Amino acid sequence: MTGARVVESPVASAIEATRQNRAGALIGYLPVGFPTLDESVDAAVALVENGVDVLELGIPYSDPVMDGPVIQKATQASLDGGFRLRDAFTAVERIRARVDAPVLLMTYWNPVVQYGVGRFADDLVSAGGAGLITPDLTVDSGADWLAESDRTGLDRVFLAAPTSTDERLRLAVENSRGFVYTVSTMGTTGARAELGAAAETLVGRLRSVGSVRACVGIGVSTPEQIAEILGYADGAIVGSALVRALADDGVAGVARLTARLASGTAR
Amino acid sequence: MTIEATPTHLRDEQGPFFGEFGGRFMPESLIAALDELSAAYDVAKADPEFHRELAELHRTYTGRPSIITEVPRFAEHAGGARILLKREDLNHTGSHKICNVLGQALIAKRIGKTRLIAETGAGQHGVATATAAALFGMECVVYMGEVDTERQALNVARMRLLGATVIPVTTGTRTLKDALNEAFRDWVANVENTHYLLGTVAGPHPFPVMVRDFVKVIGEEARQQVIDLTGALPDAVVACVGGGSNAIGIFHAFLDDPDVALHGFEAGGDGVDTLRHAASITMGRPGVLHGSRSIMLQDEDGQTVDSHSISAGLDYPGVGPEHAWLASIGRATYTPVTDAAAMQAFRLLCQTEGIIPAIESAHALAGAIELGRTLGEKATILVNLSGRGDKDVETAGAYFGVLDAGAGA
Ligand SMILES: Cc1ncc(COP(=O)(O)O)c(C=O)c1O
Repeated sequence: MTGARVVESPVASAIEATRQNRAGALIGYLPVGFPTLDESVDAAVALVENGVDVLELGIPYSDPVMDGPVIQKATQASLDGGFRLRDAFTAVERIRARVDAPVLLMTYWNPVVQYGVGRFADDLVSAGGAGLITPDLTVDSGADWLAESDRTGLDRVFLAAPTSTDERLRLAVENSRGFVYTVSTMGTTGARAELGAAAETLVGRLRSVGSVRACVGIGVSTPEQIAEILGYADGAIVGSALVRALADDGVAGVARLTARLASGTAR
Repeated sequence: MTIEATPTHLRDEQGPFFGEFGGRFMPESLIAALDELSAAYDVAKADPEFHRELAELHRTYTGRPSIITEVPRFAEHAGGARILLKREDLNHTGSHKICNVLGQALIAKRIGKTRLIAETGAGQHGVATATAAALFGMECVVYMGEVDTERQALNVARMRLLGATVIPVTTGTRTLKDALNEAFRDWVANVENTHYLLGTVAGPHPFPVMVRDFVKVIGEEARQQVIDLTGALPDAVVACVGGGSNAIGIFHAFLDDPDVALHGFEAGGDGVDTLRHAASITMGRPGVLHGSRSIMLQDEDGQTVDSHSISAGLDYPGVGPEHAWLASIGRATYTPVTDAAAMQAFRLLCQTEGIIPAIESAHALAGAIELGRTLGEKATILVNLSGRGDKDVETAGAYFGVLDAGAGA
């Protein structure tokens, strides 16, 4: 990790803590404002209460090119329901008042640009947020975010893909703080029946360029897949499966699924 | 005779940035493909064989150079200015889009891709891509907003006849911007064998530069044709602006001719004082959309705002970064034209000159009418007639009430 100064990463700490008696971390994604702002807060709290170690809250965006149908539908519903950017900070604050897990915001870049990168970082700090995952901002295009996250000490999670060169993996590893988001397969978000060998190969490549915390996401939906991933990675990220459970069975349903998924982190 | 352009070098911009605009804001999964494309394009650009192959295709397949037509009867309604049309409507497949498509298809072939995907609004770019896929024996999938598949049904059928699969996009606003999103999603999943043949000068680097280089032949031909015909450079060069490919195509050769005014006309829809328009530069703000920093219609939170235009090809809330830059430095001027003004110009060209323009191109014609009235009869105005109106007969027929009841049944 590079950076202007050494900072204590709340996300890194949460992942490290899982090493004591579990195989690794469970990271759960839900979009803000789906089905309503209140229920999205309740659902996120339920995730943590049922075994999620790090929360990833998605900011709904009109043009989500990395997302598959389930998340697209949920984020569109949130936008149709009147989602505003400031609701993301409200959600983080309300979740943090109830549970202790670190909260990352997952956001496409334009909303941050329009809000102002510095102002966004300051408001995220004030709300008690841990940092950002940026699906369409890579290190080489992210000079202003690198500067603002260093200034505020926020975590920054960049993505690594099976197609990334070693040089680009090194860039992602050296500039990420918290963990590196390891994209399991080429494609958009959404549950997959099988996770190929690509994720394990990619984590191996990340290790060889110095990654300490590599968490695998995209397509993960079962406790078996989580157990498999935690055999070689530091965390497993679940998104669409949780969103679908919330859509179909409400907060109680997503709580039940989370507890089941968390069983996959046992050692 | 030739006239040397002044060496101010606005033509030399090669990206990734044009001033503060451009760049590459994309998922990491696609960066390798974009790098591969950039590298392949740089090699091709320096390879005389590539240029020879493309030029030969244009000569024997596209029908280049396209001609210039002077339209004096139309010009009577435009202050008597001398109006010259660059006839991109006469290209094979009916618009300027084929220029970009053949260039990119050759690149795709060079890097061993066997599948072409594309987004399309009016369907012209989709038709051109389906055509190239047929010509080169490649698989082709075209994403098209569901709204657009309805209003450009004829082009949907053309694509299917050419062997392409057309996928109606039902997400978001179900128009061109959502078709781009779907194409990017397809590309992420299938990048190994697939080239995304983006249809305008937008998107992440290298698309804005590469597409521009493939369409700038329009202006290069036209600049010499106008000089040959009139002995001078035109006073103004005019084009419609959706994503901006036909406009940059005709502007580019004139960028370093400071006495030539460049005018882009955006879709004003119901008027820019309403919410129903697609005048991105006139009414938008800088931001990031579809992989580059440019100017776009968006709300306070950076959510893309729905656009509207009677013309599917201009119904896009963004614009290419080179145009955002040309606007920001004042080299080109961008003005909205309403649906109503475009349709009047559409009918006028039909009835004074016997040419049915694409409704997209009719926005440029409407702009030329206003400009001619301002500049007066001594002025020469070069207009990019970017496409023909065959695909728009149903829309225009309904607009002017000239379809016989039950004629289509
Ligand atoms: C005939 C024609 N002109 C113009 C456009 C707009 O695109 P661009 O601004 O990239 O030239 C289209 C797009 O479909 C078109 O078909």
